[in-house]
Amino acid sequence: MSDTQSQQQSQTTALQPGITAPDFTLRTTPDQSISLNQYRGNPVILVFYPADFSPVCGDEMTLFNELLPEFQRLNAEVIGISVDGVWCHLAFSKEKNLKIPLLTDFEPKGEVAKKYGVYRKKDGITERALFLLDRDGIIRYSHVSPIGVNPGADGVLKALESISQSKG
Amino acid sequence: MSREETAQLTPPVNESRDNIHGSQKAPVTLLEYGDYECPYCGQAYSIIKNVQNILGNSLCFVFRNFPITQSHPHAQHSAEAAECAGAQNKFWEMHDILYEHQQALDDKHLKKYAEVLELDKYRFKNDMSNHIYASRVREDFLSGVRSGVNSTPCFYINGLRYDNSWDFEALVKTLKSHIKKLA
Repeated sequence: MSDTQSQQQSQTTALQPGITAPDFTLRTTPDQSISLNQYRGNPVILVFYPADFSPVCGDEMTLFNELLPEFQRLNAEVIGISVDGVWCHLAFSKEKNLKIPLLTDFEPKGEVAKKYGVYRKKDGITERALFLLDRDGIIRYSHVSPIGVNPGADGVLKALESISQSKG
Repeated sequence: MSREETAQLTPPVNESRDNIHGSQKAPVTLLEYGDYECPYCGQAYSIIKNVQNILGNSLCFVFRNFPITQSHPHAQHSAEAAECAGAQNKFWEMHDILYEHQQALDDKHLKKYAEVLELDKYRFKNDMSNHIYASRVREDFLSGVRSGVNSTPCFYINGLRYDNSWDFEALVKTLKSHIKKLA
């Protein structure tokens, strides 16, 4: 999918391809944090999702989790982000057997989602959004789905394959 | 469920590799990406049976594997068991048994089902223990990803993803409208 196409599909103020992804540091467990810049050098897929345990999110994260070997084959890291707290994330990960780190954009609430232009202020949750960053941290794919629609992984996988090929 | 673009089945149905029930010349083809351990796929199973009874030869039904192995520990082996049975021309018989026994899909039960179907038990055992069909199941899964599968079950009608309700009435109505178009 071309950058133009993915731009057309983004319905919010989501950051668009070509922009350097804002750095952040968020908790993933009660005593562990992850910074985006620690992944520099590899493509990164950021999966913003509205809430742990909601049916569509469960499907979406389960699908990305199942596809992890494919993403890893292309040296990409996958990170989930929502405004849920760490304990909620831990319970969700355990129930779904997720291998993807889930980051908590909990306090200040939605701060990272706001930086990426995917915070739904009215609802107090993030949009259902996907960003693909290249190894230099530049956004190469940006997609916002309707809140109740699982985007699937075809678009981001195609975009990842495209940047992997272009880098040789 | 709606989506801003219509996902297309990739690759299209292929007689030489897909598990197909009915004729590809039928006016409408319904393809399912499914997981044998998924409870929603279990619900869809009996609905599809009823739809097949109603539409008869007008419907071609195709099944591709989409096991969510991290959530469903028996889904992968079940999918392989169905393909092993398929190699002995009993794919649909095994498919049906698996969906009718979703609470008993461990390896011991898979072996029992192979016996019930009177499969060549040595060949079945060999194919299962050597995971002969694991790559085929993975191929199905990846084709589903590329086709835009976003949950299970996921349906495609004549090659385009069907995002609306898959309850019996809705499915029959939609499939009949496709049949009428070609009448």
